[in-house]
Amino acid sequence: MSMNQFTKLTAIVAPLDRSNVDTDAIIPKQFLKSIKRTGFGPNLFDEWRYLDVGQPGEDSSQRPLNPDFVLNQPRYQSAKILLARENFGCGSSREHAPWALKDYGFDVVIAPSFADIFFNNCFKNGILPIPLPEKQVDDLFKAVESKEGYELTVDLEQQQIVTPAGQVIDFEVDAFRRHCLLNGLDDIGLTLVHAENIKAYEQKMREKTPWLFA
Amino acid sequence: MLAKTLYDKLWDAHVVRQEEDGTALIYIDRQLLHEVTSPQAFEGLRLAKRKPWRVSANLATPDHNVPTTELTGGVSSIKDPISRIQVQTLGTNTKEFGITEYGMGDVRQGIVHVVGPESGATLPGMTVVCGDSHTSTHGALGALAHGIGTSEVEHVLATQCLIQKKMKNMLVRVDGVLKPGVGPKDVVLAIIGKIGTAGGNGCAIEFGGQVMRDMSVEGRMTVCNMAIEAGARAGLVAVDDKTIDYVKGRHFAPKEEYWDAAVAYWSNFKSDLDAVFDKVIELDGSNIEPQVSWGTSPEMVASVNSVVPDPAKEADPVKAGGIRRALDYMGLKPNMAITDIAIDYVFIGSCTNSRMEDLRAAANIVKGRKVSPNIEQALVVPGSGRVKQQAEAEGLDKIFIEAGFEWRNPGCSMCLAMNADRLPPQKHCASTSNRNFEGRQGAGGRTHLVSPQMAAAAAVAGHFVDVREMMGVSL
Repeated sequence: MSMNQFTKLTAIVAPLDRSNVDTDAIIPKQFLKSIKRTGFGPNLFDEWRYLDVGQPGEDSSQRPLNPDFVLNQPRYQSAKILLARENFGCGSSREHAPWALKDYGFDVVIAPSFADIFFNNCFKNGILPIPLPEKQVDDLFKAVESKEGYELTVDLEQQQIVTPAGQVIDFEVDAFRRHCLLNGLDDIGLTLVHAENIKAYEQKMREKTPWLFA
Repeated sequence: MLAKTLYDKLWDAHVVRQEEDGTALIYIDRQLLHEVTSPQAFEGLRLAKRKPWRVSANLATPDHNVPTTELTGGVSSIKDPISRIQVQTLGTNTKEFGITEYGMGDVRQGIVHVVGPESGATLPGMTVVCGDSHTSTHGALGALAHGIGTSEVEHVLATQCLIQKKMKNMLVRVDGVLKPGVGPKDVVLAIIGKIGTAGGNGCAIEFGGQVMRDMSVEGRMTVCNMAIEAGARAGLVAVDDKTIDYVKGRHFAPKEEYWDAAVAYWSNFKSDLDAVFDKVIELDGSNIEPQVSWGTSPEMVASVNSVVPDPAKEADPVKAGGIRRALDYMGLKPNMAITDIAIDYVFIGSCTNSRMEDLRAAANIVKGRKVSPNIEQALVVPGSGRVKQQAEAEGLDKIFIEAGFEWRNPGCSMCLAMNADRLPPQKHCASTSNRNFEGRQGAGGRTHLVSPQMAAAAAVAGHFVDVREMMGVSL
């Protein structure tokens, strides 16, 4: 499976019970100095996860963990699905946020709503963001917190989430994004198929707005 | 003909290809690049052996990591080796691909959202993108401008296009006339306080009404800059005479031979009178007071003469929890007066408020006064080398320095503390920046978002104060 592909998954769910989780919280600024796409996982939610202030290039396995932070609890160690509250991923456009989530091991984020840029960035990195009605998210929080080892199955092909009790939750996903995610497609390659359209557009605008091409 | 909004017109003018499912290929006229979100995009191009589609549509400048102190050594004056590599990488990438860069030490260098409009790289009617969420700033010129992720930076480099779905149309109409001492920052903070940080999700927000028509172009940039803090990727203001006057004579502006045609083309970029918006929000500008944020989200904002909210009075348990957590982080008590919040640091700068009008407004308050002794550091960071030059020509640097401020070189600085300018833990900062998120200005730091004149007033008083008291305005 290519890195930016997602099909189906059954995994532990970790509940992050906060609204408006911003991308500064997902991956703090000092780690944005990297010129790579990988290696951000140890610094996911850095300021909440550790008791000290993290620095880039540091071995995070030696740092003091915040025992109160949800991802540090033993029951959520192998989680691949993150359950969150409204407006998840707001703030900065940094794609380092989905890179950090993916590198940590999250493939799915479920929340009542997402910030637009973050939502878009997820699809480019094989992460499936699923918006569900607030009531459903609330019910999932209760279920996850009440049962250790709570798992969900997320099936993108069927656009369904299946609970351990067999309850099926349908979800919406944009058809084009679904297609790209299922097949791990390269957006740039898809766009370049339309190179002639782009050239024709430029030719038209060269006449209409010549100052942009001067 | 069907009435269109400004956003509709900008969108329609840039559709390269429309798919049946609503997805469209949108042409991008200008991409701005900085050092933080571009290295992986250039690396992607190299790996796929692709070339930029249209080199001249790109303009780069380093801003996030640059020091604001000593610049004489250029890139080598960056002490942090990881920051230095990132800034160097922008230099080598732009050189390799032939893209213009305003590098460190160049008077044209600065915060990308200050440099774009200032150089005329942003023009009305354009589509503008950058790997930075505050790209919404450029909408002040009647351009469709929004932040993108690094994968999309690579996509635009390689194809000059983006795959997009049309956003919804939202109008925020601010009518009336602003009171003296109330400025664009107060307007946008009041808007975010009203609609919330997710209020504009999925929308392009057009800011309209008498207040926006009366506002300067730089003021409009402040408002559009923070559209993203209301959840909207793009903020927009209609093109008018002020826009055209602003653009005229700038480096990348149309030359004489095209000027009249350009003005005629741009003049269409305003919403038709009978255009229909999906969502309309109205505010009375004459009721807006100077704003101060008290929490850890830009929607957690109040008038300077009010009090910090009480979570016990919030019915929604998720919201009450959010207020409690924010007050705990900020070290504030419910119901305390905003004017009782003591300030340790002052930061005047950022892509929101580092332009000439911002610096003039702050200097006007500071002039002949001194920074309060309890302020540990007060910084003024101009948005670009050009702004710095102009401010010095007007003597503003001397006013700030005499009052006890530090006068720095251009960059993002303490807005997000990627360089050495950081807010220490638990310190309160009156900041003209755009985000009061936990740790944004430095791990554990406590940010209060305010206008430049309110930041200046707080610097003098040592705590928040209604700036109008220092302006001799009767309340």
